[in-house]
Amino acid sequence: MSQDTVIKAEGLNLVFETNDGPVHALKDVDLEIRKGEFVSFIGPSGCGKTTFLRCVAALEQPTGGSLTVNGMTPDEARRNRAYGYVFQAAGLYPWRTIAGNIKLPLEIMGFDRAEQEKRVNNVLQLVDLDGFHNKYPWQLSGGMQQRASIARALAFDADILLMDEPFGALDEIVRDHLNEQLLQLWARTNKTIGFVTHSIPEAVYLSTKIVVMSPRPGRITDIIDSPLPAERPLDIRDTPEFLAVAHRVREGLRAGHAYDD
Amino acid sequence: MRSLLPILTVVAVILGLWYAAVGPMNFRLALDAATRGGADVTPATPTEQGQTGLIRLMLDNPDVMPAAYAFERPRLPQPQDVVIEIYDNTLGLARNCAWQGFGADRDNWSPLSDGCLRVIENRRSLIFHAWQTLAPTLLGFAIGTGLGILLAVGIVYNRTMDLSVMPWAIASQTIPILAIAPMVIVVLNAMGIQGLLPKSLISSYLSFFPVVVGMVKGLRSPGAMDLDLLRTYSASGAQQFWKLRLPSSLPYLFTSLKIGIAAALVGTIVAELPTGARFGLGARLLTGSYYGQTVQIWAALFMAAICAAALVWLIGAVERRTLARLGLVR
Repeated sequence: MSQDTVIKAEGLNLVFETNDGPVHALKDVDLEIRKGEFVSFIGPSGCGKTTFLRCVAALEQPTGGSLTVNGMTPDEARRNRAYGYVFQAAGLYPWRTIAGNIKLPLEIMGFDRAEQEKRVNNVLQLVDLDGFHNKYPWQLSGGMQQRASIARALAFDADILLMDEPFGALDEIVRDHLNEQLLQLWARTNKTIGFVTHSIPEAVYLSTKIVVMSPRPGRITDIIDSPLPAERPLDIRDTPEFLAVAHRVREGLRAGHAYDD
Repeated sequence: MRSLLPILTVVAVILGLWYAAVGPMNFRLALDAATRGGADVTPATPTEQGQTGLIRLMLDNPDVMPAAYAFERPRLPQPQDVVIEIYDNTLGLARNCAWQGFGADRDNWSPLSDGCLRVIENRRSLIFHAWQTLAPTLLGFAIGTGLGILLAVGIVYNRTMDLSVMPWAIASQTIPILAIAPMVIVVLNAMGIQGLLPKSLISSYLSFFPVVVGMVKGLRSPGAMDLDLLRTYSASGAQQFWKLRLPSSLPYLFTSLKIGIAAALVGTIVAELPTGARFGLGARLLTGSYYGQTVQIWAALFMAAICAAALVWLIGAVERRTLARLGLVR
């Protein structure tokens, strides 16, 4: 394991026992994610991409193999505030203001008040929501709510940001905008990002590494290191390099018999 | 203004039905009186009248109808008689007492200390009886709410309680409260407990249930994602409760409280009925029925309704303020 390895999975297996018999959610997953990488997980429903992310976050217990986060078990990593998690829905508390929502993890982790205020200001600037401190979630658009939830995940300075289809519920125009902002955020903060999506353009546009997965059993069919430059304007999506990567992702999905039914 | 019209329409319909019912309800009494007074009625004897249908009697003796409406001790009083009875025993009483106080000591008359005190202490006063019912209602509501919240927390956090308490809570509400109220009073009396508490316990018996049901639903309302979010922060069980479950449950709690406080009032009145209580709205209902004073019964019923409406409105006001402060009202 090299110095800058952040997440390392070896022979990772997860079997859910259900009434219809065991379900192989993850089968023999090997993956290494290095510091500062932007890794997308793409695949159809049931391919285990979200499950893998939840294993990293210690929200699921693998039934076999090994998984380390910052060289620790996922449980230890969580206690060391290794990651911030962004869910599919913003999940802001309606009874708290935006600032109050961002303070939630800070209160739980025991930061003092002055520090809480400072961090709220910092992350709201980072996600371009300056001045929205005292607004309630319902006063914000869907895209702004999701940005607030990213700010909440950034507030306690975790090195890893785990994002589970964070823009899945948003329309395409808002999504493009947020993708652009997310890349800028990533460039400024140098976080390691794990990003689940089922949009091929989104995965190719954002990632330095794309993990293609397929279902039954959930497994990795291809890992693509993106040849695209770090600087990515939105119109990079019309270049031949971009289309070539997108094509390879599509081939990977097809190879996993993702569309056989 | 827009909400006033439908309310007034409903009130008008109820009043119309009420007036329409007064004559027929009191007709036999009025006919009886007319027969004994020697008036010319068909059929002529009370026995024959008893065997004749009400509609037939009304059609044959139209001139008795005015007497049915003006009957002295009616089976169904007219609405204005009830209003007058309520006024006489509340504000009217206050006015009388004030004048009496005025006459007794012209120089040291103080309406607040003297007049109002008499209204509250006067045994005829509906305000006195309403307070005799309200005090145990409020105490019972407090006990019931506290107990309901504790049970709900237990049910949500403890699997054994989840499986064992809920069926008993439901079963408890199927027992007729009239059946156990006297037993509770007698048992507590034997233990030397009298006064406010026995009534309160019966009232809390009715009010804890809606709180349990609403609170369990409210505490369970956060979704899997909300709970996962707190797990990613390694939040403790207490933090999960205070920061997520409790705030989520508040809208449910207030709905339950409105049902609970109305149930608490009913519980207190029911507790007064079979136990020979001397004071309270339930006691007024009981003595009214002993002595055939229907006006007194109706006045007590309306007073109970006014109290219940005021209590529910009060909870609603607290609800609006609390939820607005929590940003849950748009």
